[in-house]
Amino acid sequence: MANGNDTSQQSRLDPTPLEPKRGFKRTIFFILAMVFGVIVYAYGFDVTRVNLDEIKSETRQTQLVRVLRALARPDLLTYERVSTPTNAAFAMPCPAGGFTADEVDDDARHITVEPACVEPGGKITVRGHNFSANARGTLVQVPPADDLELRLAEFQVDGNGDFEITVNSRERDSDQPQTIRAITRENIGSIFNPVEVVLTDDSGSVSTVSSPRISKSTTDTWDRIIETVFLAFLATTLGTVIAVPLSFMAARNLMRDISVPMTKLALQLLALPVGVGVGILAAGWARTISEQLTDSTFLVILGLVVIPFLMILAFRWALPPVEEEPPTPAERSLRAAVMTIASVGGIVVLFLLASLMVTVGDWLAPRLAAFEFIGSFVASLGDILNAIITLLTALATAGVLMNLAGKLGMWMKGHLPAGFIKVFRIPLAAVAGAVLAVLIGIGIGSLYQITDPMKIYWVPAAVGGTIGLALAIRAYQKEQVGIGLSIYYIARTIFNAIRSIEPLVMVIVFVVWVGIGPFAGSLALALHTVAALAKLYSEQVESILPGPIEAVKASGATRIQTIVYAVIPQIVPPYISFTLYRWDINVRMSTIIGFAGGGGIGFLLQQNIRLLNYRAASVNMLAIAIVVASMDYLSSRIRERIV
Amino acid sequence: MGPPGMLKVEHLTKIYEGGTLALDDVSFEVPDGQFLAVIGLSGSGKSTLLRCINRLIEPTEGRITWNAVDVTQASQEEMRRIRRRIGMVFQHFNLVHRSKVLTNVLQGSLGYVNPALSLINRFPKDQVRKAYQQLARVGLQEKAAQRADELSGGQQQRVGVARALMQDPEMILADEPVASLDPVLAHSIMQYLETINNEDEVTVLCSLHFLDLVHRYADRAIALNEGKLVFEGAPSEIDDAKFKEIYGQEAERVG
Repeated sequence: MANGNDTSQQSRLDPTPLEPKRGFKRTIFFILAMVFGVIVYAYGFDVTRVNLDEIKSETRQTQLVRVLRALARPDLLTYERVSTPTNAAFAMPCPAGGFTADEVDDDARHITVEPACVEPGGKITVRGHNFSANARGTLVQVPPADDLELRLAEFQVDGNGDFEITVNSRERDSDQPQTIRAITRENIGSIFNPVEVVLTDDSGSVSTVSSPRISKSTTDTWDRIIETVFLAFLATTLGTVIAVPLSFMAARNLMRDISVPMTKLALQLLALPVGVGVGILAAGWARTISEQLTDSTFLVILGLVVIPFLMILAFRWALPPVEEEPPTPAERSLRAAVMTIASVGGIVVLFLLASLMVTVGDWLAPRLAAFEFIGSFVASLGDILNAIITLLTALATAGVLMNLAGKLGMWMKGHLPAGFIKVFRIPLAAVAGAVLAVLIGIGIGSLYQITDPMKIYWVPAAVGGTIGLALAIRAYQKEQVGIGLSIYYIARTIFNAIRSIEPLVMVIVFVVWVGIGPFAGSLALALHTVAALAKLYSEQVESILPGPIEAVKASGATRIQTIVYAVIPQIVPPYISFTLYRWDINVRMSTIIGFAGGGGIGFLLQQNIRLLNYRAASVNMLAIAIVVASMDYLSSRIRERIV
Repeated sequence: MGPPGMLKVEHLTKIYEGGTLALDDVSFEVPDGQFLAVIGLSGSGKSTLLRCINRLIEPTEGRITWNAVDVTQASQEEMRRIRRRIGMVFQHFNLVHRSKVLTNVLQGSLGYVNPALSLINRFPKDQVRKAYQQLARVGLQEKAAQRADELSGGQQQRVGVARALMQDPEMILADEPVASLDPVLAHSIMQYLETINNEDEVTVLCSLHFLDLVHRYADRAIALNEGKLVFEGAPSEIDDAKFKEIYGQEAERVG
């Protein structure tokens, strides 16, 4: 008993037989890992060309110091300067009996030359006293005959107002005494005590400037930093507006349950291109109608008042506020017809509005003086509206037609024999797949300039048809197709792909499209913002409470109503928070997007660095630091408040 | 199809994706205007059963007929029309915390109002008036403008009841409506359900934990154990033997 107890104790407490072996293995592994680490680092040094000789090199060091000194003195203010000469006499060569300089007033600013006379080209030591502390200046030699100033050296006055410098004199011998002149250049005025200076330029015109005054670098920097902040602002707002609806598509909890019957899906896919086509046609008609009116501003305004009024009446009639009983088919079709007409009216209104905005903007711009930009803004908004109406119409029509196709699918499901539907949906899926593939084929064909109809129509049609057929056969037994998750994965993939391209790279493409400048930068940042925010937002949507969604759904709400009432109230604070965070990032990003031609302060900074104008570059960097730091602070403060 | 004015559940089975059998061939009938208690342990399938009735959860097999309409075969749009007449009250109230109390109540009318206008938070005046009336009915009219999360638990559940009433329901599904509340509040909520059942003649299906509540409020009870219907009858019929059958051999009566 005691014996058995002992052995068990031993095996439990004394696992020594295993220990050293494991330790040895570990040591070997550790050494190998170290060696591997060293190799990795050595290779890293090699490919990044780490070169300590460069760091030690004298010229590199002086250059670095020069640049650092320039950077340390940002060119914020421009001073007018005044030159003050201080003279002392000396002789070259030494006259017989020597030369004695005049007596100097020890309390006044003066210089002394030692020795008082030299052989031509001899060394002299110049000492100055009672100068302005830390002033800089030039030492010149003035021969008596002419008014030439021969530069000898630059000097720097010390903190006590003294300087001492030893230089070689110039060989200008004369029997007359010569002059050594110390010319100091001093800034006029100070920040606390600015001075008005009257300047006369070469043509004789007189102007008054203040010294010191804000430098050109500072004003340029100010202009550009404003541009930068607004570039980031536009990119963030544009990106947010697009990212919000997209984020729902990338939220698993919203998309997971969306599944449609195969027949409905195939019909909807077929309705998509038809809808886009009809939409473009409808927009064309509406444009023609609106062009009849746009010649006269009065007609435009009349149209803008009358058509919306009629539209409201039509919608009121077609969409009763409370529906007790489902409408009859006749009622439904009448309503649909009225809504269609009202919608065309709506497109006309949009065209009229765009035209009115252009007219008003152009009219306002010259009359607003300093606020001219508001007029141009209104006009550009009109232009943008005009440009996107067709797109909007196409999308809306596609949506409506897809909805109708879905209803048709549901009707077929309810009214046709189930066996027929099961068979019928297989060729339908094949056709839908073929149409979709041909659309993709046309897109790819235009990108790669393929004109062969075989390649852009027939091959994709065959491939798409086969895929559709295969899917339909595979889903033969299944009633529903989980389209929601497919959309979810596609959206996620696209967002991740876009997010992985830096805006600095994207801007290169946009520069080709819209030219160098802040507009290209805003577009590149906006695109990146859409992808980044859509991902962040969708993760927020995924983390909301499911309870309210369930409750709203249970009350008979539609999917969109559920999103508006149960999802959106829950995501508003995180959305605002992420948007601010993104603005913060965009400001940071926009400061350098100019390096790639995207406008903003980066453009100026890059120029200044290339021109070796480091003091101006320093102003740019200072501005960037201030803006980024204050954005950072502001956005974090606001976010704290909201969440 | 069953006669109108009746809820009929036939051979209802629900198997979740992971293979969990939540409901196993459950059949029962509820005549109009009855107060039916659904009892059973946690995880016995009570919530699944209630959610299958308005198809928040898709049943795997079986048929549910209500007012002579086959709920299980209804299309999405038909389902919305069915759901808007079935109010639902939840254990965790399921209010939208950041929305106003009034908005939460108005959500009950979403199945009736014009979907387009409701998206911009416009409700017809009479619906708003009705929402105030429902709030008054549960004694919370002065809280209408407050945020839902500023209310206490009992008040939140009263808002939940008002939201269900907003639907003019013919049936209310109450999923453990009092499980998160203390006994006093529990009775107050149950009394609201009782009043609705008696005065408005609304059918109530209510899952409950405590047997004393079942005895006090329910006309009839059904019991589930691991997805199977193990009892159907008057609450008074639940004796000790039945109790052990429903709740298992180790269970002790607490109330």
